[in-house]
Amino acid sequence: MNLKKTVILGAAVAGLLGSSMAIAAEQFIGLPSYRVGPYAAGGSGIFGGWIDYMQMINERDGGINGVKLAWEECETEYNNARGVECYERLKEKGETGNSVFQPLSTGITYSVLDKVAKDKIPLVTMGYGRTDAADGRVFPYVFPLITTYWSQATTMIKYIAGKEGGTDKLKGKKIALLYHDSAYGKESHAVLEKMAERYGYELTKLAVAHPGNEQQSQWLQIRQLRPDWVILWGWGVMNPTALKSAAKTGFSREKMVGVWWSGAEEDTVPAGSAAKGFTAAGYNVAGENYPVIKDIEKFVYAKGHGNMEDKGRIGSVYYNRGVVHGLITVEAIRKAQEKFGKGKALTGEQVRWGFENLDMDDKRLGELGATGFLPPLKTSCLDHEGSGKVKYQQWDGNKWNVVTDWIDADKELVRGMIEESAAAYAKEKGITPRDCSKEM
Amino acid sequence: MLYREAGQFKASYEADQQIFPILQDRIGVLLLIGFFALAVPLFADQYWLKAILIPVLIFSLAAIGLNILTGYAGQLSLGSAAFMAVGAFGAYNFMLRIDGMPFLVAILLGGLCAALVGVMFGLPSLRIKGFYLAVATLAAQFFIVWALVKIEWFSNYSSSGVITAQEIEILGFAFDGPQSKYLLTLFVVVVMALLAKNMVRSTTGRSWMAVRDMDVAAEVIGIRLMRTKLTAFAVSSFYCGVAGALYAYTYIGTVEPEGFNLDLSFKILFMIIIGGVGSIMGSFLGAAFIVLLPIALDVFVPMLLGDLVSSSFVSNLQLIVFGGLIVFFLIVEPHGLARLWQIGKEKLRLWPFPH
Repeated sequence: MNLKKTVILGAAVAGLLGSSMAIAAEQFIGLPSYRVGPYAAGGSGIFGGWIDYMQMINERDGGINGVKLAWEECETEYNNARGVECYERLKEKGETGNSVFQPLSTGITYSVLDKVAKDKIPLVTMGYGRTDAADGRVFPYVFPLITTYWSQATTMIKYIAGKEGGTDKLKGKKIALLYHDSAYGKESHAVLEKMAERYGYELTKLAVAHPGNEQQSQWLQIRQLRPDWVILWGWGVMNPTALKSAAKTGFSREKMVGVWWSGAEEDTVPAGSAAKGFTAAGYNVAGENYPVIKDIEKFVYAKGHGNMEDKGRIGSVYYNRGVVHGLITVEAIRKAQEKFGKGKALTGEQVRWGFENLDMDDKRLGELGATGFLPPLKTSCLDHEGSGKVKYQQWDGNKWNVVTDWIDADKELVRGMIEESAAAYAKEKGITPRDCSKEM
Repeated sequence: MLYREAGQFKASYEADQQIFPILQDRIGVLLLIGFFALAVPLFADQYWLKAILIPVLIFSLAAIGLNILTGYAGQLSLGSAAFMAVGAFGAYNFMLRIDGMPFLVAILLGGLCAALVGVMFGLPSLRIKGFYLAVATLAAQFFIVWALVKIEWFSNYSSSGVITAQEIEILGFAFDGPQSKYLLTLFVVVVMALLAKNMVRSTTGRSWMAVRDMDVAAEVIGIRLMRTKLTAFAVSSFYCGVAGALYAYTYIGTVEPEGFNLDLSFKILFMIIIGGVGSIMGSFLGAAFIVLLPIALDVFVPMLLGDLVSSSFVSNLQLIVFGGLIVFFLIVEPHGLARLWQIGKEKLRLWPFPH
């Protein structure tokens, strides 16, 4: 043990002896947030909602079984190197170290992927990150919760099929995929191609270079191609540009379907009236008429503790997504406390168990005040995704309206691909997959 | 009083041609290396090694690379991050596809790949200069990242275009802890920095500087422009490539092509501008400044302001202060931190009795 550690440990022990009786346990959550840079709109909404939810739990319930939540933000600027620095900085904070790391950036996810298993800190990536990490046997510490890009792609085809009147009607239809030319955008290819073989639609892939504010030639191609549907796999400024170009080209926005990173107010409002009729997926919905949001307004904002500077954003897609992050994180800690001792601060390893044994059915979501807010979720050692359901929302010019019920992913197709890819990763890295029958 | 070379007579050519001709400098450098190689790994904790020192060392190496090209040979480049990417992906592929490939050889080969690509993109420098050359190297930046995403062979057909660095093992010893990774990085960086320091004093380095100062005059006195410019591109890209390989193997572990974007190139350029254009020492100072200052601000600004202001404001304030400090330093010392150091040394010579 080196000198510095000894000193810190000594101080910690002394502090603990002096104060452990007086101060209740605290569960530390490190927040690698980004509030500046090109994606600040998403970052401030999501981290704002997340912090507000934790604040609400502290104010309303006095924490989780008496364990108050504590957190600290670390600015990553959506930059991988800064993200790694934040990960290392937050790792040892709090009584038991950081209990969960959720970077909201695929790049940072990849950068810390190997580190989390060594440090025993769960890495939760909702709606982004490495899809094949849904195989919990190979990735015990990684949780791409609720749904993945591959699951989402299958629901999109299902949604389109529903509009066309059945999957048999998809044959011969032309679908154009307008995607962000990056690792993120390319996640869509394999699944959509596989489904094209199965259902017989014709897939045309159109790449848009980052950042995506120049789409003339792509929309010219779309005009020549006359596709029946356009799937928008965009990010940031690419989304409003696509909507405006569609309006200029005369392509019906009702025939455009976006991913969940294309379906927030920040994507549609800048496009103005051109966005009207556009539909996008979401693993959470917009709106503030949910008991959980009302509670945040009552217990946090009424007391002046809210994190959002612009209260108008409460109930927006990104804000609500942050609340979902809070809901699930808190629920995982609660679950882990049931096993490892209520009223105690838990280690990352223990919280990991909580994430792996989440069971948020409709009844539980009702108790949390979030029925219909996010899909029911049940994880296991095998399945770190837990749901795969999304709802589709349509922009009416002022707000997002939910237009479908939860649509299930094509589990059988996606799961096969996930296991295949995870097995390849395990082989490359020399990982022996866990035997799930031995886990509990 | 302490820093004075009076009485140090050079009796042989070797003594006159040493890298550090002054005894105090030699002792200083040795002490510095000794401190970072022996004391730091013993006393620094994981956070310092993994999140602070390793990146500073790696970016110093990249900055030396760019400094060779821009500072010494006078060719402006905006493609440093892309050359880092070539080094990282090159080393990865050599490790992946050749069984038993030694790690150090792999990063050198990765650096050589970067050097080759650098020479290719350096060809326009024979016809164009200054800002126009910057635009040509900008093309390298976009083209290389695009190619690494587009050609799936480079990332071994990974669905997202991301590569995961293999474990490092040299002569049966696994470099998996922060201490060992730090020492490995330090070793490579120190060796290459000393080489660079030596190179810029050699014929090659002197012809680079001649070309920088006035290429027509350099040509007139018999320096071959093409060879000089292209060696500058090759050596510079080699350094960037090795830095990129280290970035992947000893620092981040898993890298994607988009991680080596234009922002990173700009950052390396800022490092040499802040640190000192045309100075090896300045590369280290600049890298430390650009890497550490934002982190320090992120730690101290919230500590000072606490809950007084919102976190969005704190985040934006950091950028404002960072930008402000850069402007301040450039006004106070346009030649970078290395120049400040030099002024300090001159003052030290006269201390404590300035005229």
